[in-house]
Amino acid sequence: MAKKRFDGWFILSIVMFVAFMFILVYPMFGLLKQSVIMPDGSFSLEEFQKFFSHSYYTQTILNSFKITITTTFLSLLLGVPFAYFYSFYKIKGSKLLFVVSILCCMSAPFLGAYSWIMLLGRSGVITKFLKATFGIVLPSIYGFRGVVLSQVLNYFPLVFIYMNGAFRNTDSTLMEAAENMGCTGIKRLFKIVLNLSMPTLLASTLMVFMQSFSDFGTPSTLGEDYKTFLVLLYNEYLGETGQDYNYAAALAIIAVVLAGIVFFLQKWATSKYKFSINALHPVQKKDPKGILAVIIYVYCYLLCAIAILPQAYVVFLSFRNCKGSVWGKGLSFNNYANAMKKKLVLASRNSILMGVFALVIIIVIAVLIAYLVVRRSNALNHLIDSCSMLPYIMPGAVIGIALIIAFGKKPFALTGTMIIMILSFVIRRMPYTIRSATATLMHIPESIEEAAISLGASKLATFVKVTVPMMSSGILSGAILSWVAIVTELSSSVILYSNRTTTLTMQAYVYIGRGEYGTAAAFAAILNVITTISLLIYMRISKSEDNVKL
Amino acid sequence: MSNNISIKHAVKAYGSNAPVIPDLSVEINGGEFFTLLGPSGCGKTTLLRMIAGFNSIEGGDFYFNETRINDLDPAKRNIGMVFQNYAIFPHLTVRKNVEFGLKYKKFPKEQIKDIADKFMKLMQIDQYADRLPENLSGGQQQRVALARALCIEPDVLLMDEPLSNLDAKLRVEMRSVIKDIQKEIGITTVYVTHDQEEAMAVSDRIAVMNAGVIQHIGTPKNIYQRPSNLFVSTFIGRSNVIEGKLIAEGGKTYIETKCGYRAEMTNVLDEQKVSQDIILSIRPEEFILDRNASEGIAATVNSCVFLGLNTHYFVTLSSGEDVVIIQESSIDSTIEPGTQIKLTLNTDKLNIFSKETERNLLKGVQNDCIL
Repeated sequence: MAKKRFDGWFILSIVMFVAFMFILVYPMFGLLKQSVIMPDGSFSLEEFQKFFSHSYYTQTILNSFKITITTTFLSLLLGVPFAYFYSFYKIKGSKLLFVVSILCCMSAPFLGAYSWIMLLGRSGVITKFLKATFGIVLPSIYGFRGVVLSQVLNYFPLVFIYMNGAFRNTDSTLMEAAENMGCTGIKRLFKIVLNLSMPTLLASTLMVFMQSFSDFGTPSTLGEDYKTFLVLLYNEYLGETGQDYNYAAALAIIAVVLAGIVFFLQKWATSKYKFSINALHPVQKKDPKGILAVIIYVYCYLLCAIAILPQAYVVFLSFRNCKGSVWGKGLSFNNYANAMKKKLVLASRNSILMGVFALVIIIVIAVLIAYLVVRRSNALNHLIDSCSMLPYIMPGAVIGIALIIAFGKKPFALTGTMIIMILSFVIRRMPYTIRSATATLMHIPESIEEAAISLGASKLATFVKVTVPMMSSGILSGAILSWVAIVTELSSSVILYSNRTTTLTMQAYVYIGRGEYGTAAAFAAILNVITTISLLIYMRISKSEDNVKL
Repeated sequence: MSNNISIKHAVKAYGSNAPVIPDLSVEINGGEFFTLLGPSGCGKTTLLRMIAGFNSIEGGDFYFNETRINDLDPAKRNIGMVFQNYAIFPHLTVRKNVEFGLKYKKFPKEQIKDIADKFMKLMQIDQYADRLPENLSGGQQQRVALARALCIEPDVLLMDEPLSNLDAKLRVEMRSVIKDIQKEIGITTVYVTHDQEEAMAVSDRIAVMNAGVIQHIGTPKNIYQRPSNLFVSTFIGRSNVIEGKLIAEGGKTYIETKCGYRAEMTNVLDEQKVSQDIILSIRPEEFILDRNASEGIAATVNSCVFLGLNTHYFVTLSSGEDVVIIQESSIDSTIEPGTQIKLTLNTDKLNIFSKETERNLLKGVQNDCIL
């Protein structure tokens, strides 16, 4: 048995470690190198100096943090009550509310932004309608306000999903104990319920913060003159007015450092709330009564209606006649016909093909890493686990640029290939699946595997026939998130895509940029259909209405 | 099917820490129901898992009959194992669970169904064959685990606290199920528990363990009546421990308690018939309580608890030592707290231990422990 350490799993650890060094650490190293080594080969910090000495540049960081903090705060403000109502009260149509809110957070953020322009922009439907009928002039949606509006409606469901999980884990006897000691109503909500869910609240805060910080689509669509840090980064890398790769690399490094700081602040805050609850007595949902019922129904349904509005409107627009950026009268399939001429088939095929490929790789990696970390816990495997979490603090743009630097030239000239796209999908979206696979395996007692072995199954057979099937629910709930995020991926694809490897999301983004709104709407509508179908299939398989875990 | 297990000088250690099991040897006979009993952390589960192959063996030799199994893969040891948490595969039906081992042990395909049927019937779970385990009670799950472990015709059956997750009533029911089926199949069984009553109920022989060392191996009766040392006497059943002296005088030996009570002992080991300090271990039923006696240990009743068949008295001896006495309840009266009483001792039954070595000084200890 002393040979145990050097079995197949040990070899796998080494392989994983080398692979992560190659696809994660090596590109990051290249990025770092590019930020400090000038084209003439000399070492210099001038790119960092350049950034910090111009307020034009540093202002973008302030802008980013203003948007990010406001978005996070408002998302919590909207999401927590929604989750509270949802978990503690019986609401008719709660399943619908759940599906709608998930659809909201699973759509590509820039599509919401684009749709809000169509609704509330300078010539938006609502803007025009209010002006013509009541003479009301709405404040401009461009800039700070619009970005926040679009992001909040995109991200509050994240808070909802997280907090719903936490609230459902609240033991009803704890609530009763609090009530027994005279702590009721609002006081109990803040003193007991929210405090008990604090780790989850912090987790959702981090999630929204990171998503908002690294979002490029929304500010670039809606921000106009209000430049965020990520928009600056893209402009420097892809800009029409001359690209500066060294400067872009320096910006990317700054982005990672900032995200890293926030990440560790959150970890530090979470460590203050270390306790575990075992909900033996889940809370029974109550029937809301009187004025409370009215508040709950109006709040939940109104919120979901507003949040889903942009997506529904995009689907509507995809059927509306359109010439360039001017909407005409009547409905038809013209936009789809146009889209067909513009690589609709290729883009759909690419989206699904590359998505499936990336997802399969992610699932395999997630299962193996979960097993290594939980069942073969050692220093090397924990290092691998930490490495796999790196993408949490790497905005899509950073990963895109790092991959180009690492694999853009010989010996790995992968630029413009599907391989580099799939690689970026895998890197960016594997943390979801790894987390949920690891969490699931931790709850599976090892004795079940030992039982299989004592019944004569080999280690491999035990892993395939017992361990993996038992992990499947956890893998599935992580994989659905990875999948939807892959299909709607923009921020790294925009750097890595080529004509041959374009995706539905990229096509929608490109045609919004070109002002061909009708064609863009058609791509966006198909994207929405794919995410909706994926979600419905998932819910059918997992059989539980609100089993989506993040 | 009745292999004997022999373990010689087993050592278990984690890293460079002091070994959990320093040096352990034991012979388990073929077809025997053998129990490892001890407080938690004593190494009993560790030893069981070394036999199963899930824990590494740092030293010594493990044999099934003449085959050394130290380096044999757990899957090839042909062991049936029942776990504390049942370890039923939650994604497979009861039938698939039972058939799991048959498939991997390469039983002929056409027999698999029949064998599974036979064992499900034997364990009375045949009506649940197509259900998923989540729909079964704890007791039913344990029956599935047992059927699954037994149907592969293992050489040895290992059970790790199989009843500790069940409620009290089911535990009593399941332990006779386990004992009956073991006798019927005649399989060598090693059973781990910390519950001494459970151990007594099922075992042919018990090994009492403490801190990685076997203290006493014997039949339940012998372990209870003539425990090899003070630890065993206090761990098995309830014992009052009081200090005293052994006095050798004119060819006879007497015990003398601190309060001056003296009684002759006729069953002291010959080589121990010398005056020395001893510890008396007196079970609650080994005190003789006589309200009218003039001779004996003076004591005061503090409180009493009526438990139906028996009544427990909590008593302070004149030496200041507290003891518990169990008397069969009588119709007329219980003794009121505060009453002064006299106690004598049942010298045939009580045990005495050397204060220095804590070993039993009486004849009749049967310890199969290999020293």
